[in-house]
Amino acid sequence: MVTNRTVGAALRLALVAAAALSMSACATKPKYQPAPTPAPTPEAPRPAPPAPVEQAPAPPPGPMAGSEQDFVVNVGDRVYFDYDSYAVRSDAQPLLAAQAQWLKRYPAVQLRIEGNCDERGTQEYNLALGARRANSVRDYLVSQGVPASRISTVSFGKEKPIDAGSGDDADQHNRNAHTAIVSGARMR
Amino acid sequence: MKILRSHFPRALVLALACLLTVGLAAAPARAEIEVNVNRGDVQPLPIAVPAFGGGQVGADIVGVISANLQRSGLFRPVDPASFIEKDLNTALQPRFADWKQINAQALISGNVTVVGGQLKVQFRLWDVFAEKQLLGQEVTSSPENWRRVAHKISDAVYEQLTGEKGYFDTRVVFVAESGARGAKTKRLAIMDQDGANPSYLTDGSAIIMTPRFSSTSQQITYMALKPEGSVIYLFNLETGRRESLGDFKGMVFAPRFSPDGDKVAFSVERGGNSDIFVMDLHNHAAARLTSDPSIDTSPSFSPDGSKIVFNSDRSGSPQLYIMGADGSNPRRLTFQAGRYTTPVWSPTGEFIAFTKQTGGQFHIGVMRADGTDERILTSSYLDEGPAWAPNGRVLLFSRQGPGGASKLWSVDVTGRVLQPMAYPGAGSDPAWSPLLN
Repeated sequence: MVTNRTVGAALRLALVAAAALSMSACATKPKYQPAPTPAPTPEAPRPAPPAPVEQAPAPPPGPMAGSEQDFVVNVGDRVYFDYDSYAVRSDAQPLLAAQAQWLKRYPAVQLRIEGNCDERGTQEYNLALGARRANSVRDYLVSQGVPASRISTVSFGKEKPIDAGSGDDADQHNRNAHTAIVSGARMR
Repeated sequence: MKILRSHFPRALVLALACLLTVGLAAAPARAEIEVNVNRGDVQPLPIAVPAFGGGQVGADIVGVISANLQRSGLFRPVDPASFIEKDLNTALQPRFADWKQINAQALISGNVTVVGGQLKVQFRLWDVFAEKQLLGQEVTSSPENWRRVAHKISDAVYEQLTGEKGYFDTRVVFVAESGARGAKTKRLAIMDQDGANPSYLTDGSAIIMTPRFSSTSQQITYMALKPEGSVIYLFNLETGRRESLGDFKGMVFAPRFSPDGDKVAFSVERGGNSDIFVMDLHNHAAARLTSDPSIDTSPSFSPDGSKIVFNSDRSGSPQLYIMGADGSNPRRLTFQAGRYTTPVWSPTGEFIAFTKQTGGQFHIGVMRADGTDERILTSSYLDEGPAWAPNGRVLLFSRQGPGGASKLWSVDVTGRVLQPMAYPGAGSDPAWSPLLN
């Protein structure tokens, strides 16, 4: 969500950048950061004239396209499974299709599918079950056109629950396959 | 005198001398008192274990012996406050009437001396009502190993009274857990069977799972899990040498030694399918034992090495199967309602222990090796991973409550004696060593 204020701040940032000053100090809290004035040293290079507004478009809102954050926020990096099942559920298919589209748009990205299980199974069985889940997702992505060479799989069994609780809700959250980006995403 | 080298690593190297003292030794006749280890309704045998002569170490040794015997569930140490005869002299017969009066059926008397820097412990086991000495021994060790001396004496008493080998001079390898769920540190750790002397064997950079002891040496095998995949390691506790089983182009897990310690059976996962392999540790040749498109995991050899019990969901849910050690003739073992996992063949060959899920609960159970006489020993929100004591009388396992930490527990094979292990921290995946030498 973007407000006029943040756009305004972004514009001001663009002006500051054009003044060849470091952005890093103000990038974190643009709303409250006044544009610093250049130090009044005569040796300082003259700031470039501010670019016309229409030539300095605001960066698009949210994560940078092609970044890991973009993938996590705008696509989704996790799909869920039924108990003791590794079938890709129908409600997971649109998300995996979107993952595939995104991955085809950014072909440098390498990924690792991590299979996870709830705690209602024993460790060794769950390692095997998590591997099945990871491979189900891998196969789905490959069927959507993502080259298999870009995908590795691992099972964490029940070792990496994302929900620390116990009970049906936690179990449902913890039965998942996580698409982790290993390399190749743009840095935000 | 027979000198036995300990199999403790590094700092704990000791020479433990154990001999039957001439003159003290009773004929190794059967005790007239006897503990029946097979009955679930057995009353624990009242045994008096007064402090050994020789100062604090004598009292400390007796404390360890008494705790060992009590935890076995087969003995009930008599309250020392009730003792009538004080300051027993090991060279003399006890006043049996004094011990009969407090209904101690067995009595251990002992004395500790330090000779030439060595701890020398003499002890005798008495049948109070038969007024007879059952055992007389002398154990020698360096003073810092007084706990092992106590465990040796515990084993001698247990064996004399039950007719079966003890399991007190042993260690337990396990996974020590710390940190919040989802971000747990799981380190390989080891301790004495009574929870004393715990120490870490890995640094916590990988998630350690399923350590298992060789039944013939001080070697363990375990699995280390990292985001990049898993590795099965062999780790020699005496030398500290650690080596990978190798690269199998897929995840590897669920390792377990063959009874002769020459092979390791384990699972390899490729393309989502897990199958059982076995590797000869001498030539590192691996053979595939199953090729079913189902989950095949948790292999455990029969003690004669001829068969393997394992877990498979080839019928649609996880059940137990037995096949030849070469993978031949797999047949289903479990047909009752419930999900069966983590089978472990008992050291005697008579039983198979397992984890069972039914009715929303997890159970540790045992059945005969032919699948009959299933006996459920425990029940809780999450019990899993039984591991046999070397004499096949006690099982260790992990127990976790909803949202809680995993703890180490033990249960005897009758299900009568269920208790947490004397280890205060969070832990999982306990595995028992063979008796130390």
